[in-house]
Amino acid sequence: MDKVNDSGRLIFTGTDWNFDTLRRAHDAIETVARDDLQLEYYRNQIEIISSEQMLDAYSSIGMPLMYRHWSFGKHYIHHDRLYRMGARGLAYEIVINSNPCISYCLEENSMPVQALVIAHAAFGHNHFFRSNHLFRQWTDPDGILDYLEYARGYLQTCEERHGRRNVERVLDAAHAVMSAGVFRHRRPPQPSLREERAREHRRIEEQEQAVHYLWTTLGTTRSAAEAESNEHERKRLLGLPEENLLYFLERHSPGLDGWQRQVLRIVRNIGQYFYPQKQTQVMNEGCACFVHFHIINKLHAEGRIDDGAMLEIIQNHTNVLTQPDFDSPHFSGFNPYALGFAMMQDIRRICEAPTEEDREWFPAIAGARDWRGVLKEAWANYRDESFIQQFLSPKVMRDFRMFALSDVGEDEPLTVTAIHDERGFHKVRETLARSYDVSTRDPDIQVVDANLAGDRTLRLRHRSLNDIPLDPVERDATLAHVRYLWGYDVTMEEVSGAA
Amino acid sequence: MANFIDRRLNPKGKSLSNRRRFIGRVRSHVKNAVDASVRKRGIAEVDEGDKVTVPRDSVLEPSFRHAPKGGQREGVLAGNKEYRAGDEIARPPAGSGGQGKRGAASGEGEDDFAFVISRDEFLDIFFEDLELPDLVKRSLKKITATKPHRAGISVTGSPGNLNVRRSMRNALGRRIALKRPKDAQVGELRRRIFDIEAIHQPSRKQVDDLAALRGELEEALGRQRKVPYLDPLDLRYNYFEQRPEPKAGAVMFCLMDVSASMGEREKDLAKRFFVLLHLFLTRRYDTVDLVFIRHTHQASEVDEDTFFHSRETGGTVVSTALAEMRKVIEERYSPDEWNIYASQASDGDNHQGDSLACTELLDAELMKLCQYFAYVEIIEEEETRFLRNDDNGTQLWMAYRSVAEHWPNFAMKRIASPSDIYPVFHDLFAKHPTEVRNG
Repeated sequence: MDKVNDSGRLIFTGTDWNFDTLRRAHDAIETVARDDLQLEYYRNQIEIISSEQMLDAYSSIGMPLMYRHWSFGKHYIHHDRLYRMGARGLAYEIVINSNPCISYCLEENSMPVQALVIAHAAFGHNHFFRSNHLFRQWTDPDGILDYLEYARGYLQTCEERHGRRNVERVLDAAHAVMSAGVFRHRRPPQPSLREERAREHRRIEEQEQAVHYLWTTLGTTRSAAEAESNEHERKRLLGLPEENLLYFLERHSPGLDGWQRQVLRIVRNIGQYFYPQKQTQVMNEGCACFVHFHIINKLHAEGRIDDGAMLEIIQNHTNVLTQPDFDSPHFSGFNPYALGFAMMQDIRRICEAPTEEDREWFPAIAGARDWRGVLKEAWANYRDESFIQQFLSPKVMRDFRMFALSDVGEDEPLTVTAIHDERGFHKVRETLARSYDVSTRDPDIQVVDANLAGDRTLRLRHRSLNDIPLDPVERDATLAHVRYLWGYDVTMEEVSGAA
Repeated sequence: MANFIDRRLNPKGKSLSNRRRFIGRVRSHVKNAVDASVRKRGIAEVDEGDKVTVPRDSVLEPSFRHAPKGGQREGVLAGNKEYRAGDEIARPPAGSGGQGKRGAASGEGEDDFAFVISRDEFLDIFFEDLELPDLVKRSLKKITATKPHRAGISVTGSPGNLNVRRSMRNALGRRIALKRPKDAQVGELRRRIFDIEAIHQPSRKQVDDLAALRGELEEALGRQRKVPYLDPLDLRYNYFEQRPEPKAGAVMFCLMDVSASMGEREKDLAKRFFVLLHLFLTRRYDTVDLVFIRHTHQASEVDEDTFFHSRETGGTVVSTALAEMRKVIEERYSPDEWNIYASQASDGDNHQGDSLACTELLDAELMKLCQYFAYVEIIEEEETRFLRNDDNGTQLWMAYRSVAEHWPNFAMKRIASPSDIYPVFHDLFAKHPTEVRNG
């Protein structure tokens, strides 16, 4: 009799899944997520997809509907080849920051893996999307799917009206500048994505009525001195300097048609949408791993997942969370899953069972007991850089055996500047945090001048940090794209900026 | 509350349009690869997919990004084993990426971008130069033709395939077995009831009879309702099985002049000509044997590699090839069992006086055996201007002209570029609308 009761408590047995077991698993996981961890999340929409669809989703930057472009075809072919060669497996899931929160689960996953994936994506990532301040401020999960659909339709219309080649040309150029097309420091003057359509109509109407402001300066004769004194005013009117190159081109490029500006705007909006993800990779994955680990363990302890399934889950968990050493051929920087998960587990440990060292380093949270509150607060208010700066503990640095390495130039040997010891903890933490700072990761490129009344040269400035140059081949190719969008000459100066 | 959605049945190939765009973008590279493998591959192997390598530059997606080297950098790595602060480490050899920076940022470390194009994509590009009409392209690409054959009876099917006879027979058997009252029996009962009801003052027996009859009628009607005339269980459908069209075998003779006057360009054109005929034939026949006969002043049967690649010196006597072909037919390919096709490529040179011998061989013997004989004369681009008129040409050309007049299954054409090849086959394709019949 006992055995019958026992298996009655189990959410599932064996490795085959069906929609019943998925739903039972989801409900059990939700109970833990809601009542134990007290997560906040968008309503879930879980979609089962085939491996081909997963490859599809990969190649169109994980979005369910995307406009058409050859580069997505290229990525598809690339992923497909790696997958077929067996060089790379497929992700178990892809999750989209939308409301409802859509997660794609691969049909080939076994039932234990599906449970793992639901806990990881549908609750871990979902909670992070909903609570982290960057996502709250910068993205519009209610509108994104509508917007993508609109974008796809808009570009299709453009192709019909203006020819596929012309649209492709603009998209190529816009994609090249995409990474320099985000607002980093100030909030974008961005209405909700839903308003885009109305905006497009207004734009077309205005275009029909108004002559481009560029022409209003023609024909008026002005003295050189007058022009000189107006220089400052001119830059102010253009909003210079401007860090968002796409935005500037969309607003001020002399030669673009209305539809071309709209295409730039679409690419810019999508780029901006992913900007928070770039800044919170460690936290986002760490949060999801922490959540799935906690929930699955709890379900196992309650006897709702059997030992066999638990073993499979643990094996997958461990695979994902491996951190290779620097001298291993598999090393490619820190594994965000491993680092994030380790730090979050450690925060819980510090709250529950602090050592002397922890009390010294984290007086505010050591022994705080309420680890849920501390973690939720961290998930809500930090990004990778500040999270590491604040929470990377000596224990984690020791466990990972971290060391800082400095490279001052080709001719000098590499120098170990700090290791995981008493003297080095601060330095290691500092250095690691800085390497996650977007302002050091992405090149700092600004529009500094554009004399529309003169020769119309667009002047860009790259402020290099620590004399790290831009990749020259890519830079020149990208500049060619910028020239296309601007219509006149574009120059770039390199200045050396302070660290 | 969560929503679960099964997306697996959504239409496949969502990325196909992006893939096409990509291939369109690297068209010139794909084209080169296809041309190269047409040259490299055997005639029978041409219609397969192919691997294409594209230089990275042509599909570069540039962006402003940091160079992998230069400047002062500092980073944190994992897995320290022996280092202490202040240690100096020799720089790892270039390319091993030991700087703690991520590897290739785009995830594409290789210099070239390689991918495989499918058979359809391959043929598309192969056909491009040949300027085939769309209908021909489609039917050449179709893998197999099948024809529905009756294969018994099934209990499911579409209404159009309903087998009325069988269904009605089943219904009848069921009605008998379940003792369904016939309409005639019911009518008889009704009539008798009516008769008794019509009697003004029925006797006691008649009243009893009436009650009994009414009971019987009710029961009969109830039984008719319960046992329907035609039940879904009775329905039977004709079942059709898709069977591949039976095809006989065919043999294709490739004849080519390999004397020194045939250069690479000529051989390449000839090969395309042979490939196209082979494609046509594989559509129509299950097996297509290939026989390669090359000739200078003497002819011999060789394998494909020798046929296209080795060189011979000597004069040119075309009739030797035809004689060799006749010999092979006699030995191995009886016209009763084989469909015989021949294709000949030459630059038009022939030994003085031999052309007449060719005509005789063809007229008297070979044309009777062949389903089709196609001859192409490969000429220089410049020659096309003054050889526009079919009425003048080399001796061989003129001799073949006379053959073409007698035999409708003889086709001949001068070709200077790939696009000239297809018209040779135009009649061949139009005359045997096999594909249409299959459809």
